[in-house]
Amino acid sequence: MKRGVTVLSPCYALCMSPVGINVPRADGPSKVRGDAQYVDDIRPADCLYGATVRSPRAHAKILEIRKDPNFNWAGITIVTAADIPAKNVVYLMTEDQPALAESVVRHVEEPVALVAAESRDRALDAVRHLEVITEDLPAIIDPRHSEGSEIKIFGADNIFKKIAIDKGGTTTGGTVIEGEYSVGHQEQLYIEPQGMIAIPREDQGLTFVGSMQCPFYIEKALAPMLGHTRMNVIQAATGGGFGGKEEYPSMVAAHAALLAIKTGKPVKMIYRRDEDLRATTKRHPSIIKIRSIVDHEGILHQWDADILMDGGAYNTLTPVVLSRALLHLTGPYRCPNQHLTGRAVATHTPPNGAFRGFGAPQAMWAVERHMDRIARTLGIDPVEIRRRNLLRDGDTTATGQTLTDTGALTVLDEALAAAQEPLQNDPIHPGGGEGRYARGRGVSLVFHGCGFTGNGEARIKGKVALELDGRCIKILTASTDIGQGVDTTFPQIAAAELGIDVERVSNAPHDTANVPDSGPTVASRTCMVVGGVVQKAAKQLRQALQIETASEETNFDMLLSLRDHQAPLRVMAEYQDDGSMEWEDETYQGDAYPTYGWSCSVVDLDVDLDTGEVLYRRHIGATDVGKAINPVIVTGQLEGGSLQGLGYATCEEVVVDDQGRMRNDRLTNYIIPTSLDAPEMVTRIIEIPYKGGPFGAKGIGEIPMDGPAPAAAQAIEQATKIVLDTLPMTPERVMNALEAVE
Amino acid sequence: MHTSSAPVWNARSLMEALALRSEHPEATVIAGGTDIMVFLEGGALELKEVLNIWPCDELRGIETTATGLQIGALCTWTDIKNHPNTPSALRECARTVGAAQIQNRGTVGGNIVNASPAGDSLPLWLALNASFEVGSVRGHRMISADDFWTGYRTTALEADELLLAVHLQNDETLRTTYRKVGTRMAQAISKVVLGGAIKTQGGVVTHARLALGSVAPVPVRLAHVEKALIGRPIDPNAAEEINHDIAPIDDIRSTEKYRRTVSQRIVRSWLEREAKEP
Amino acid sequence: MIEFSLNGHAVKVQALPMTRLIDVLREHLRMTGTKEGCGEGECGACTILIDGVPVNSCLIPIVQADGTEITTVEGISKDDRLDPIQDAFIEYGAAQCGICTPGFIVAARALLDSDPHPSKRAVREALAGNLCRCTGYQKIVEAVVCALGED
Repeated sequence: MKRGVTVLSPCYALCMSPVGINVPRADGPSKVRGDAQYVDDIRPADCLYGATVRSPRAHAKILEIRKDPNFNWAGITIVTAADIPAKNVVYLMTEDQPALAESVVRHVEEPVALVAAESRDRALDAVRHLEVITEDLPAIIDPRHSEGSEIKIFGADNIFKKIAIDKGGTTTGGTVIEGEYSVGHQEQLYIEPQGMIAIPREDQGLTFVGSMQCPFYIEKALAPMLGHTRMNVIQAATGGGFGGKEEYPSMVAAHAALLAIKTGKPVKMIYRRDEDLRATTKRHPSIIKIRSIVDHEGILHQWDADILMDGGAYNTLTPVVLSRALLHLTGPYRCPNQHLTGRAVATHTPPNGAFRGFGAPQAMWAVERHMDRIARTLGIDPVEIRRRNLLRDGDTTATGQTLTDTGALTVLDEALAAAQEPLQNDPIHPGGGEGRYARGRGVSLVFHGCGFTGNGEARIKGKVALELDGRCIKILTASTDIGQGVDTTFPQIAAAELGIDVERVSNAPHDTANVPDSGPTVASRTCMVVGGVVQKAAKQLRQALQIETASEETNFDMLLSLRDHQAPLRVMAEYQDDGSMEWEDETYQGDAYPTYGWSCSVVDLDVDLDTGEVLYRRHIGATDVGKAINPVIVTGQLEGGSLQGLGYATCEEVVVDDQGRMRNDRLTNYIIPTSLDAPEMVTRIIEIPYKGGPFGAKGIGEIPMDGPAPAAAQAIEQATKIVLDTLPMTPERVMNALEAVE
Repeated sequence: MHTSSAPVWNARSLMEALALRSEHPEATVIAGGTDIMVFLEGGALELKEVLNIWPCDELRGIETTATGLQIGALCTWTDIKNHPNTPSALRECARTVGAAQIQNRGTVGGNIVNASPAGDSLPLWLALNASFEVGSVRGHRMISADDFWTGYRTTALEADELLLAVHLQNDETLRTTYRKVGTRMAQAISKVVLGGAIKTQGGVVTHARLALGSVAPVPVRLAHVEKALIGRPIDPNAAEEINHDIAPIDDIRSTEKYRRTVSQRIVRSWLEREAKEP
Repeated sequence: MIEFSLNGHAVKVQALPMTRLIDVLREHLRMTGTKEGCGEGECGACTILIDGVPVNSCLIPIVQADGTEITTVEGISKDDRLDPIQDAFIEYGAAQCGICTPGFIVAARALLDSDPHPSKRAVREALAGNLCRCTGYQKIVEAVVCALGED
């Protein structure tokens, strides 16, 4: 298959290292041709179609699942909790979430029954003719009513997790500045809805093919429910995840599995968009209170912050989201006395889950708005306030981690320098540019811990295998390409280490039957940690060849030529903790993350004074990425994440009813930015190498989510004097504030 | 998504369309499908039978007449954008309907007959004093835009009638505006949508037609604002009368308060701009 | 029986007249390059061309496709050669997860047919009916502006 223009730089053509080069995406041709196989493109023979019957109420006893007697039930298979082989559980961190509700439902849209039919239309029709008859129980929808309530959802006190981090003591004197900040849900809105196929295997096991981030999570999640059933899980081309396909696919897999077991046939489940919006995980809504003590120059002397997070009805990953939120609740600022507390509580609402940033966007919103509050109170420029307080080499974080290679000052200066460039295009002003606008600019500064907290990686021991076959190398990894380019960057890393042409290296399909567990594709760890294991495996491959040929030759192709046979050769590498991190999980003390990314956002916008609409003109992001393995892929991630951050800022709102059900459950009404809403994006990559990452690379997948919203808020404030502390800053909220100020 | 098994009658000529409409008054009429197909997907529509008028080319085309413009009911928003003689306010409206794919398929007639309270073009037809030509096997007649939308999603069409064309009068002296305030810059349902037309002579307003959508069950003329404008120089304060004319509500997209505030502001701003013009 | 031309080839389909074109393409004809992201004409992942004009195939009942020329993403590349817009998407990094890509390719191809060197503004306006969650649109706009030769 021919290709037209290729982008490879002249350097690449001379076989220099592919790291730092814009190697075109390995899956580019298949994606632009429409050949890439996403789960709904895959059609096993005799495949049935599955669909889900869900709870209409937030908290209720299930009295009956009633079949409409007037419906034609021929060819329809129904599954309920009674059909579950072993434990009725989809496992993640705890065993509290059932695959199908049995006697009680704990949130709207909770799965209660499943149907399989020969066609999608029949399956969806059957669902419409099954009614879940319930009797209401008292429900908690508001997280502020949860803790200590008599109504029990989780454990004795409805608290999924409670954390406290303390550094230093208290201070006297100074100015006390207090603020309260809040954020609502946010929906990941991957353009490809959730989907999964379960296929019975000849050995009575099950194969899963689907849209996912973490193939091994599905195996672990289903093990309690499926008993001894053997499984393998294959990632299909995945149309976006952003965390929304970290844990939720396990639920879809559980359902497809139950239907496949009962029917003996392959079953495919593809969520309709409205169902996906109502039923799947969202970003955790949070309320944050900050009380800080500053001196007359705006230097922080004490910083006390508390976060209350709404976890929804089941535990899922909530404790880890709370953890990250706490670890970012100081922002990239130094302060000798920091006291951070947080609680994640249960409510009778659909469980919240992973979404890019994972607690940090909520924390950064509050921190950055609070820094603006300090600036405003003292009459000091908000950028200057940040400059005076930002973390530098040798400073310690709230957990007592001493920082090196900090990038806060560098990214701030870089972003502000880029902001000197005049704006190229005006935004799309409605009404043909006629109207009343106020122009503003805002700046935010964030940091983001890369990879898992503390000894997370040491526990996982992520593995990667390399297989040499002839002149080509296959990388076997569970790290999935969900758009972030893993299937391109991993070959770049391996090829660079071995000094060979990148076209000789490729990722094998991500099938748990064939690939080792590299750990999940989350937490901005894939390039930095697993990529590091890829590099290690490449080194091991070279060593294995050296041993095989009894040679000290380091040139890979020379080694190959020294082999007296062509037999495939396989090596496996495992993440090894170098012991340099000291972390206490019990007390939240020590080195929270192996390294941090740093980013500064500068947002230029107009506020329409007649409508409260915010029109973005430009977003500048200066981000320290350690090393950009593939600059086009890296900037693509930074730009995409930044637009999600701007959506979080002004247009993405989940509107819920009194049962916690999402009312705006269509793309018409859950608003993400179109190309006309999106501003010009300017991306500045800064490389402060991280010695623990492959070629210096840090994690960058999530950091772009953290800064845009508070930068937008500061810009709106600069333009209009209005102060908004709640997300999203919809036109309705902006207009209310404008009227108050005028 | 449930594929309907409703039978479909296809009209390839105007005569066929009117005959079929008369024979099947219960049939759901489908033009470009950008509303009907969305209702079907959302489960809001049970089809019994369908009258497909999309093939009826006689309902296409924009004719420039001596006195104005005649826009076929099946003209799409792209057709409106591309035609050299369509009024600028109407082109601005066309630009804000959905996005390219919707503009290529959504029709002027569909928007008018669907009669959504948030219909993007409806207040502009009121402002431009459009006349709608409707027809049946019994003959044709004209209905003014003022008389067309009779209640929530209800029109003055008889059961056997189809909308055939929109008639606009030329008027070079008309100063017009169109402003849609939606949920985003494209692919947006309106929260407030304004169509306005005024004329001045000798420094005073002699003609004023202002209308808003998404602030009542039907698009509404701003009668009190118009009354406050007529007979004096353009006075932006006339916008303050707006609360007498509109009845917005809280809904999934926005609030009553927002709609009231924004309606007044966009009308005022328009009048302020016009007041500055000679 | 509905008859139309699909990527230059005559096709006959037996289907209920209100069957969505996207379902005829994906299910009846096994042409899965066209994707469904929302079913309501908001995301544009299902964009195809009818007689050269981009429309959402999830909103077209098959009866209205009768007698038309339909182009899907599969028809954009000719034989084995990628179209310049497809090359540009690869070169500029305009595809990440790729689920929106077929819709963008088709819509962009139609734009370039009428305007080979569009401004960034014109590109954003023409593609506002295609939602992308991965890229932030920046690289998509660059790819389309530059696809038929440098600006």
